[in-house]
Amino acid sequence: MAGSSPAMTIKGGERKPVDFEVLIENVLNALAAGITIGCIYGLMCIGLGLIFGVMKIVNFAQGELLMLGMFASLYLVTGGGVLAFLGPYIGPFVGAICAGPIVFAGGALLHKFLISRVSGLRTTGTQDEGHFGQLVITLGISLILQNGGLILFGSTPQTVRTPLASRAFEIGPVYGDATVFLNKARLIACAVAIVVAIALYLLLEYTRLGKALRAAADNPTAATYMGINVDRAYRIAFGIGSGITAIAGGLMATYLSFGPFVGFDYVIIMYSGVVLGGMGSILGAFWGGLTVGFVQQCSALVLPPQLQNAAIFVVFLLIIMLRPQGLFGRSAERA
Amino acid sequence: MRQGASVRLRRDLIALAVIATAYLGASAFVSNSYYQLILTMVPIWAVFGVSWNILSGYGGQLSFGHASFFGIGAYTVTLALVYWDLTPWLGIPLGMLAGAVAAVLIGLPTFRLRGHYFALAMLAYPLAILYVMQYLGFQEMSLPMHRAHPVAYLAFTDPHWYTVTAVGLLIAGTLACMLVENSRFGLALLAIRQNELAAEAAGLNSRLWKMRALIVSGMIAAAAGGLYACVLLVVTPDSVFGMLVSAQAVVVTLFGGVAAVWGPIIGAAILVPLAESLNAELGNYLPGIQGVVYGAAMIIIMLAAPEGLYWTLRDRWFRRALPPPAPLAAATPAPRVAGVHSGGPLLEVVGLSRSFGGLRAVSEVSFAVTEGEILGIIGPNGAGKTTLFNVLNGVLTADDGSATLAGESMLGRKVHQVCRMGVARTFQVVRSFPRLPLLDNVIVGAYGAGLPDHTAVDAAVGALARVGLHRQAGTLAGQLTNKQLRLMELARGLAGRPRLLLLDETLAGLGRDECDEVLDVLARLRDDGMTVVIIEHTMHAMMRIADRFLVLDHGRVLASGLPRDVVENRSVIEAYLGKKWLARQNA
Repeated sequence: MAGSSPAMTIKGGERKPVDFEVLIENVLNALAAGITIGCIYGLMCIGLGLIFGVMKIVNFAQGELLMLGMFASLYLVTGGGVLAFLGPYIGPFVGAICAGPIVFAGGALLHKFLISRVSGLRTTGTQDEGHFGQLVITLGISLILQNGGLILFGSTPQTVRTPLASRAFEIGPVYGDATVFLNKARLIACAVAIVVAIALYLLLEYTRLGKALRAAADNPTAATYMGINVDRAYRIAFGIGSGITAIAGGLMATYLSFGPFVGFDYVIIMYSGVVLGGMGSILGAFWGGLTVGFVQQCSALVLPPQLQNAAIFVVFLLIIMLRPQGLFGRSAERA
Repeated sequence: MRQGASVRLRRDLIALAVIATAYLGASAFVSNSYYQLILTMVPIWAVFGVSWNILSGYGGQLSFGHASFFGIGAYTVTLALVYWDLTPWLGIPLGMLAGAVAAVLIGLPTFRLRGHYFALAMLAYPLAILYVMQYLGFQEMSLPMHRAHPVAYLAFTDPHWYTVTAVGLLIAGTLACMLVENSRFGLALLAIRQNELAAEAAGLNSRLWKMRALIVSGMIAAAAGGLYACVLLVVTPDSVFGMLVSAQAVVVTLFGGVAAVWGPIIGAAILVPLAESLNAELGNYLPGIQGVVYGAAMIIIMLAAPEGLYWTLRDRWFRRALPPPAPLAAATPAPRVAGVHSGGPLLEVVGLSRSFGGLRAVSEVSFAVTEGEILGIIGPNGAGKTTLFNVLNGVLTADDGSATLAGESMLGRKVHQVCRMGVARTFQVVRSFPRLPLLDNVIVGAYGAGLPDHTAVDAAVGALARVGLHRQAGTLAGQLTNKQLRLMELARGLAGRPRLLLLDETLAGLGRDECDEVLDVLARLRDDGMTVVIIEHTMHAMMRIADRFLVLDHGRVLASGLPRDVVENRSVIEAYLGKKWLARQNA
């Protein structure tokens, strides 16, 4: 955590339990980081929530879409990028948002040429609803994007630099000398994430397009009969899901160093969030992601750093084990 | 052994011997150590593919985390050599043991999940182990050299011997896979892959078979990993637990052919040299080229030949009619199991209830079926007929009430356990194993009842003869007509020599003539003394076959008794045709 841990202090001639103060400070900072990072995770999970939760397409390449979002934002705002003129304060966040449409296009193309062949109308009613094909194809896409990313972007860890990443708002001292530090970059990223999430929610809930997307996802056959172009609706929804995750990636790029293989750590986090939040619900995916981010940050209090990632996998396993399929998937198949 | 196994085994063994000899002969002439390394890696990755194929190909349980077992094998061999000075000749079996233990530990919780949830969960294990290994400080382990005893420590100076060892491992792995494929193990896995509920209802304990498959698979994968460590002499968490390792197994098998002994071998023989040579030529400029090739291979194969090269080629050039099963001529009706039970009802249901939320789908249903009787259950849509069957055969649990078969409770048992009690069942929508021949579909039922191999084939052939399908025994179930499928399900039930048949709308979707044929079969079964409970919509068919009727409406028993009495019962007419119709009739 940022900030210096308070040295042993004596106030009013009375020795305070310093360890307790340190603990309080650590806990409060972990909570603050948990909430800010959690909101960004929430946005990231919404992307997968659309694709996996609502459209029921298993996408292993979602982590790579996140990675593409990070690199899109990087190339937009640094060096000779188009948005470089915006400077290091606003640029990274505008860049993150602009990564959305770019990856949206990429996602829509992926869907048009590859994923549509193993999902949607072509596979409704087949034995496994096309999941086998989706698993294999998206794993293939994921391998290509990771390793292709290695070829194109190189293996050096990158960050979208902003001076805000090393500045923090200080709240407190709250208890004794315990102070809460709110990293400015993360706080702004968190705010952007919430705004984007709300905008997407309004789009899906209140526009014609949103209704068509939800109808197509819910029952492609019925939607076809109602005159909805299901293929197109799926393509748009897949693109939006890709773009949203990419925006989250762009936001994370401001405080995280990343490389072409960053996706795998996050794909598990995304599935945890979507499953935890209850399949098929956009808001649920957000809350699920928020919870997972929160748990991850709080695990920093008790676990050594190498094991935090392992902890995420354990949490993920627990989530899918403990929530029986009936709660989020189809209930028992009809015999 | 399965039907036709001896022919297939002999052919495959000859092919294996020829290929192995040719491969070793060719490899003896390769002096470049890099090419020799590629020749060593092909069989190792092929063995890894074979292990994946057993669980995910035959069993259909898609695993994207097979690196768990590979890595456990590699690390067991390495750590045992480093800390205990244990030779890999013993380290590899120890690794296989560790792989088996890991398989049990991973399988116990994970087999509660199905489909893509299973695949996702499997993905998480190796990644979690990877981080733990890093945390424990096993970042990069080198295998100590034992120049004094190269053979005793599997540390050859001539790399050709590694290839020989790897081919030996491949032969062992392939033999194991052939044994699986040609025994009831393989048939059980194929059945589970194609329709798990049907396999359960035919008496197969699918959890147990899947667990066995994972253990065998984990052991083979661990052996491959162990040898890999010996060949490369250095292991890192990423090189044995990494995602690319899991992908290797998936890719070589998918590419070569799913659920085929030769699949992983074909896949590895093509893809491993391709990826390696690309890596060697272009690796400096394009560091991820191997992953890109594998990714592209997965996508292309999925779109162009989803079952893999082996099946595509075979269907294209080697399509032959399946040989007709031999013992069909001597089809004698199966001997009837002597009724150990006399007097009193065979099936007795008392106060059975089952709710879904607020809906009482089955509500305090009571009835009894005596031996040799055909009970027809009728009622409008949503009356709870299928739910009643689902509760009786263990698909659903009962909320309340009891159900006994010859005095023994049927409730609280799993689907396959109910089947083992002697209760066979068919489904409203036929559940076949479409890619298996008709005879194998029926043999699954005989295996499910625990019959030994020879008796099972006889029982299946007898059951096919009883329903009049013995001429189609070699046809794939996916090519049968609806009527034949209905009869197949009936035969699958009969093959287990049940005491009670539960038939769920066996006549649904049949034309009048077809209907008559099926009814004739049922009549013959009754003459043989079979006890049957049948759900049916069409009244006229039921009038011909049923001894007694039970009418359900909104989950309750509306009426029961002799067919004549029931069809004249006012409340039954009302339930079927509505109050208005009844009022007009009376007016």
